Amino acid sequence: MNNRLCRPFLVFIPFFIILGLFQLAPLVWVVINSFINNDGHWSLDNYQQVVSSPFYRQAFTHSFLVSIFSAVAGLLIATIGCASLRHMQGKIRNIMIAFTNMTSNFAGVPLAFAFIIVLGFNGAITLMLRKWGWINSFDLYGTQGLSVVYTYFQIPLAMLLLYPAFDALKVDWEEAASLLGASHRYYWQHIALPVLSPALLGTFIILLANGLGTYATAYTLTSGNYNLVTVRIANLVAGDLFLQPNLAAAISVILMSLLIFITCVNQWLVKRSYHVY
Amino acid sequence: MSTKRAMAYHYSVTCFIYFLLLIPLLATLVYSLCDQWGATILPSGFTFKWYIQLWTDPRFLTALYHSMTLAVGTLILSAVLIVPCVFVVFYYYPKLDTGLNILTLLPFAIPPVVSSVGLLQLYSDYPLLLTGTPWILVGCYVGIALPFIYRAVNNNLRALNVHDLMDAARLLGASSTQAFFKLILPNIRKGLMASLFLSFSFLIGEFVFANLLAGANFETLQVYLYNMQQNSSHFTSALVISYFSITLILTLLATRFNR
Repeated sequence: MNNRLCRPFLVFIPFFIILGLFQLAPLVWVVINSFINNDGHWSLDNYQQVVSSPFYRQAFTHSFLVSIFSAVAGLLIATIGCASLRHMQGKIRNIMIAFTNMTSNFAGVPLAFAFIIVLGFNGAITLMLRKWGWINSFDLYGTQGLSVVYTYFQIPLAMLLLYPAFDALKVDWEEAASLLGASHRYYWQHIALPVLSPALLGTFIILLANGLGTYATAYTLTSGNYNLVTVRIANLVAGDLFLQPNLAAAISVILMSLLIFITCVNQWLVKRSYHVY
Repeated sequence: MSTKRAMAYHYSVTCFIYFLLLIPLLATLVYSLCDQWGATILPSGFTFKWYIQLWTDPRFLTALYHSMTLAVGTLILSAVLIVPCVFVVFYYYPKLDTGLNILTLLPFAIPPVVSSVGLLQLYSDYPLLLTGTPWILVGCYVGIALPFIYRAVNNNLRALNVHDLMDAARLLGASSTQAFFKLILPNIRKGLMASLFLSFSFLIGEFVFANLLAGANFETLQVYLYNMQQNSSHFTSALVISYFSITLILTLLATRFNR
């Protein structure tokens, strides 16, 4: 009996070796070395350097600004989109969902290239908008541009995550509400949105984390010139100048702590929010 | 709102959102097929020359070969490592499910840039000199494929009557290992294949690890794409469209298997 229950355990060994070597070990290295200063002693020097430097503080501000903006915008557009998508006929809906799936893969380097063509200095849309006088200049390579590109890749992801949650909304509820005299707006404000709120909050966190962790898109678009947390980390371990892996580790730990903090707040909000079942 | 007006609203909203999502793709497609598109709104001169130039570039073909072998190798290794684990947890130790579930989300929670910080320091030196080789990418990519494979196999097992199937097999004299290979594995094949195709498109789209850990020593499709940005944008557009077509075919295959 004992033997029979122990032998299956062997399949875990290679699995955990690979996971340990490439997922856990680097994480442990990062956490430990963030507390070791240049002289090789335990200290908080790295953290102090990050917190006291306006340059690194700016990186965090930029990362959060772009991520929060794109997460909110992406979530808003995806919510409106999902609500309408549910009313489509089965066949059209399936094609749309397949397309969403496909565009959710469209990120990073290729996406940055596509946006340079469309919204770059001589991009087709930029020229069109300029001709119509809607914009004077659009800076694709700054905060404005990054927010637009980030929003673009957040929309399909948000739709994929949100769409299943819309199944919780029963069609009869809307009918019942309108029979009882509720307006369309009242229905959304007091029935649909409260029911959807756990899914909305959860999706928001994933989008925020997705935005904060993004590196390839911003790196390609701005050649690393725009100050973001991920760009700073990568430059400190693989840049052309002198490398400071321990400082990079400290920035990484701060970034992950912020993510954990946001997730905890989110869990707390979800627990307090409305539950259908 | 009357039903007709409501439907018109829903259609226009959906069409508008999908139009927005399509614009960058369409523009890239048009760009890759035309000779010139300077400071004008409309392009001029239809041509296939950028595609011919791309598909005859040996460096591109090498990068494509690197990406393909890397992804296929990683997925074979992932399937061999992960599928038995999911089955063992499901059948023998269902209590471990929550723990393993959290573990599968780990690669999602840690941005690749952060892992790279540790990986570059740990594996850049003897005795484990892995940076600059495809091997370190294989290791990292198993983590990327893990959540997809885990989810798919686990869902498949749930839909299957695993305990009855295993009891029946044993009653007929099969060992547990035999039953796993001859009974369980064929039954979860479809879901597994779908998740492998899905992971495949994620893996050939991976840039951060490929650029930071292997870089020029093992140039993948994405790194090649990045390095080509000094080239004509028509050429890079042809590259983006070729790359996107490959992922499109894979996604279609994945949905077919999922049916």
